Amino acid sequence: MNQAVGAAVLVPAALYLAGVARTRSPWPPGRTVAWLAGLGCLAVALTGPLAAAHGDLRAHMAAHLLVGMVAPLLLVLARPATLLLRALPVPAARRVSRVLRTAPVRVLADPFVATGLNAAGLWLLYGTGLLTAMLHSPGLHLLVSAHVLLTGWLATAAVLALEPIGHRRGVVARAVALAAGAAAHDVLAKALYAAPPAGVTEAEAGAQLMYHGGTVVHVLVAALLWRQWYCSRAAVRDAEHTTVPAGA
Amino acid sequence: MTAGDPPRSDRRRLLVSGLLFGLGAAGAVDEIVFHQLLHWHHFYDRAGGAAALVSDGLLHATTWSATVAGLALLADVRRRRSFTPRTWWGAVLVGAGAFQVWDGVVHHKLLRLHQVRYGVDLTGYDLAWIGAGVLVLLAGALLLGRTRTGRTP
Repeated sequence: MNQAVGAAVLVPAALYLAGVARTRSPWPPGRTVAWLAGLGCLAVALTGPLAAAHGDLRAHMAAHLLVGMVAPLLLVLARPATLLLRALPVPAARRVSRVLRTAPVRVLADPFVATGLNAAGLWLLYGTGLLTAMLHSPGLHLLVSAHVLLTGWLATAAVLALEPIGHRRGVVARAVALAAGAAAHDVLAKALYAAPPAGVTEAEAGAQLMYHGGTVVHVLVAALLWRQWYCSRAAVRDAEHTTVPAGA
Repeated sequence: MTAGDPPRSDRRRLLVSGLLFGLGAAGAVDEIVFHQLLHWHHFYDRAGGAAALVSDGLLHATTWSATVAGLALLADVRRRRSFTPRTWWGAVLVGAGAFQVWDGVVHHKLLRLHQVRYGVDLTGYDLAWIGAGVLVLLAGALLLGRTRTGRTP
């Protein structure tokens, strides 16, 4: 099991570093740090004491927050698609770019679709017997973790829209999608508190960790989203345009 | 247009910023002071049903999102040099009061998600909770009304 996690962490790390080495223009070191830290979160969550604590909902939720929220945010900030486009030779980069602009990718990258998929996956996990089954089967645990990571990544990527994929929606739409996802997460956490799934211990503490930890990451994503808007070319130009007559 | 008379779109943005921030700040005070520090409120006291859970999750997510959005809009309004403290604080009070009244009436009484405090007679606490919200709401409306009349030529 640990070998699978090791490969899932080390291979992307090596590929990213190779990409950074290949880009001609300098690549901000913060993005590389974010990528490695995101993969580190996955390793911590999927091996060691967090993965070994079967049935303890606190450990499960700590791992869930790392895999489904913290790691996706760090991986999104690392902008792997942008790196891929820069590291590839031009013809190959064009082909990838064309794929990123196809209709299915555009639909998946819509913040409402991506957030909906993320929330639906979590409801499936916690609303059905899947959680109990997963706690007793390492293979299923890894599959579910991969799904949680991918949908969390998709949702965060769609909200922050840092990469050149399709059309980027306005800040209000993305903020509303983020808030809707956060609301679903909060409702789910309180529902788990009210009626814990069979076979788990420390359910109340685990549900509260999910609720408050989720809030912290959601606020962080919202702050990044609004900072992006504040610094965006359109908002800066708009502000300069309105203040010029007053100052002149 | 003079420097002291911001464009109408800027005033609207200032109002939206204050409303969002007030709503969010009141929610944050509720969460931090009454849930975490005093432990008066309970995470969930099992008296409310599914509707209470959904409404609480929505409100919680809305308040945090509103705080961040309100602060971002405030930074933008300041960058445009259209910030007028009285309008903004008026809107903040309206937002905070609206949250408090909604929380007190809908969450505590109609949906029974949780109560102000446990093990005490609730009447006084509920009156203080909702009354404080109404007072803050009125104070904000008064402040906003004065900025509006002050603006008309």
